[in-house]
Amino acid sequence: MIDMDVVTLSRLQFAATAMYHFLFVPLTLGLSFLMAIMESVYVMTGREIWRRMTLFWGTCFGINFAMGVATGVVMEFQFGMNWSYYSHYVGDIFGAPLALEGLMAFFLEASFIGLFFFGWDRMSKVGHLVVTWLVAFGANFSALWILIANGWMQHPVGAVFNPDTMRMEVTDFMAVIFNPVAQAKFVHTVSAGYVTGAMFVMAVSSWYLLRGRHQEFAKRSMAVAASFGLAAALSVVVLGDESGYVTTENQKMKIAGMEAMWHTEPAPAAINVIAFPNMEKQENSFAISIPYLLGIIGTRSLTTELPGIVNLVDSAHGKIRDGITAYSALQKIRANPADAEARAVFDEKWPNLGYGLLVKQIRTDIENATPEDIAKAANSTIPNVPVLFWSFRVMVGLGLYFIAFFAAAFWLASRHQLGEKRWTLWVALFSLPLPWVAIESGWLLAEYGRQPWAIEGVLPTFYAASGLTLWDLVISLAIFLILYSVLAVIEVFLMLKAIKKGPLDHNPFETAPAGADVLPKPATAAPKL
Amino acid sequence: MHDIVPIDYETLRLIWWLLLGVLLIGFAVMDGFDLGIGALLPFVAKTDEERRIVINVVGPVWEGNQVWLILGGGAIFAAFPLLYAVSFSGLYLAMMVILIALIVRPVGFKYRSKIGDPGWRSKWDMVLCFAGVVPSLILGVAVGNVLLGLPFEFDDTLRTFYRGNFFQLLTPFALVAGLVSLSMLIMHGAALLTWKTSGPIADRARTYGRWAALAAIVLFALAGVWVAYGIGGHVLTSVIDPNGPSNPLGKTATVTTGAWLSNYKTYPWMMAAPILGFAGAVLALVGFTVRKPALTFITSGVAIFGIISTAGVSLFPFLLPSSISPNAGLTLWDASSSKLTLWVMLLSTAFFLPIILLYTAFVYRVMRGKVTSDSMGKNPNAY
Repeated sequence: MIDMDVVTLSRLQFAATAMYHFLFVPLTLGLSFLMAIMESVYVMTGREIWRRMTLFWGTCFGINFAMGVATGVVMEFQFGMNWSYYSHYVGDIFGAPLALEGLMAFFLEASFIGLFFFGWDRMSKVGHLVVTWLVAFGANFSALWILIANGWMQHPVGAVFNPDTMRMEVTDFMAVIFNPVAQAKFVHTVSAGYVTGAMFVMAVSSWYLLRGRHQEFAKRSMAVAASFGLAAALSVVVLGDESGYVTTENQKMKIAGMEAMWHTEPAPAAINVIAFPNMEKQENSFAISIPYLLGIIGTRSLTTELPGIVNLVDSAHGKIRDGITAYSALQKIRANPADAEARAVFDEKWPNLGYGLLVKQIRTDIENATPEDIAKAANSTIPNVPVLFWSFRVMVGLGLYFIAFFAAAFWLASRHQLGEKRWTLWVALFSLPLPWVAIESGWLLAEYGRQPWAIEGVLPTFYAASGLTLWDLVISLAIFLILYSVLAVIEVFLMLKAIKKGPLDHNPFETAPAGADVLPKPATAAPKL
Repeated sequence: MHDIVPIDYETLRLIWWLLLGVLLIGFAVMDGFDLGIGALLPFVAKTDEERRIVINVVGPVWEGNQVWLILGGGAIFAAFPLLYAVSFSGLYLAMMVILIALIVRPVGFKYRSKIGDPGWRSKWDMVLCFAGVVPSLILGVAVGNVLLGLPFEFDDTLRTFYRGNFFQLLTPFALVAGLVSLSMLIMHGAALLTWKTSGPIADRARTYGRWAALAAIVLFALAGVWVAYGIGGHVLTSVIDPNGPSNPLGKTATVTTGAWLSNYKTYPWMMAAPILGFAGAVLALVGFTVRKPALTFITSGVAIFGIISTAGVSLFPFLLPSSISPNAGLTLWDASSSKLTLWVMLLSTAFFLPIILLYTAFVYRVMRGKVTSDSMGKNPNAY
């Protein structure tokens, strides 16, 4: 029998280390492009201030990047360490995007990051600019591959179960790579990173303006961040809607959970703006809803029904019974690999094998499951509705706020009125943590909302864990807790110190004669920001 | 669907076994000197200025080098999922210790010189030294334990059960293997320092490098004798179909003392691996003594190639033998991914690896030359 305490702690550890890692990733994604844009302006116009901007935001980028690298290695190893049955069961599909992430993205990003910092005085202007862009692309490619991997967990396509090797095996790589869930999630996630980078630049620059320091530097940085942020904020919401739409196709339970929709309603369904879902009674204690809206957003039609939670649980009963049949056939195949009859049964029923495995948390001999066991297993397919409901609303609310925020910033920037009203600067400064809140809510929704599945419909989370001891988990959790807390303090301390110190007020490389930085090069006809 | 793969399963598995070797050797050669230099930091550099020079030798390149380890992990996951599942979960706490080092190392490089306070800097120097010594040692101890076999077994759903704990990994043989690894990586780090620095740092590196090379030679020989007379090697006792499905429960195996050397009788060309290991280390020792830094660095790389290959070919066709259930040991024939995955990953690797090598070479070319106080002075980004 699987030790459920070990499973719980393994989940806690994975969630904590992943969420911690993702504090640093979005800033890397966003700042890398902002740096590349700023350096492009420097190369096109020759104005020294744009290089100083690149250098200063590069310093912040570096402090953040080190933590991203440090916490990222952990993620790569934890699948094998804590989720060894998962690694065996789906490694044939899931391992490939991780390896490709290394081949295509990490090497690119990590090889050129050294030149970004150390190559300023060893390379031509254009050469260094190319390096900066390669770093930005490397960072974003890595997001692409990890989201292909994650997209497969949400919507496992292009693979079948092989009874001879006791695992899922890939049949169609193109389906895995062009998984619509993965593509929508990729753009949604990197756009969220761009919003974070833009907000970081806005907030820090606002602080300089509030203090009356580095005015030129801050206003230019804000102008870039405002336009970049506006585009990103629009993209994050549009693609978020796209991934919401895709979710309704593939993860009906997740959307029913995040909308707290317990029962199927006649199409088009109403949307609950506010609700207090009650998990035990399987109803909402209180709700304010708008008629028709959910059905229209979720299905983009007036006639398609969205199934409610209770109805989905009902349909899980049949899937669980099919899964048990598949499991029994699998045991016959293991006893006698030549059993053609069992193979025929298995070929028909295997897609629901995962539902059969849900019963394993109740009893090991799942072939003897009683109707009560099956009902219990079916009930376990309900995710934590209140958490989903509210994390979704936090994310969407903040997403809409970011559009308004960056639209206003863009408007002020285009009228050269940035910083004229001090209260706008305070708003920008205090908006700094909001992208992180939105992003972590989004991940909570995506991953906690997928429970009880590690791979939707294929592999229950509890079944995927390693057979570690409780002590293993206590020790590793304690190590992460201590190490990550200490490093968080140091990181914030160094970041604040770098920000207080501010951008350089001189040219460190002395490549151009003094005073050259104020004169634009006459030969360049590039547009000026 | 699998018909689209133009190579047979056996060849693909063999290629991936070789590629796994390439990636692990790539890690040891490239990131190995970063680890070795970290381990040597407090010893070869006394003043803050000297320490900054040593750190800036690896400063521009360590991030790229570390990706060899990440890619190694990813490639094991993709090509040999069971190997990844069994070893990473079985060696759980050992992996945690390595992770501590890998978490503090990037931060150490980046944060150490952000603040001038000597107490702050010397603490980070200790951290960097720890982060160099510990992975070098533990990865070697892990390889030693692979040769001894890990105490794991499967149930019939291929779920892993590991019947050991962290302290049981620290056997005398495994510790010797750990010291082989540590001494060879220190040798390698010292070799790079003699190349990229000058004056007292290079002099000290030369001294430590000589001792490390000598230690690597002696310990590698000791481990060899131990493998021949002291520990059991695994031998297949049933025919295994190299084109069969990946299920390690379909074969039988037995344990015989000295059996890890039987491959050298069957395939005499495999002797090239230990010969290169010894020859490389001896030439590195000579290189340190006659002050030929480039030669020293290249030959110490050859030594690493030879020593790691020796472990790999001795185990062939095993990847990870089981000490408590020899039949469950993982071989390259019964623990790999599906044919299609191996094929797609081979295509990707064949495409990307040459590009990676090209731009890595470009980065090193841009950063060529010795690191001195002057070369660091101008760059506000220097560590």
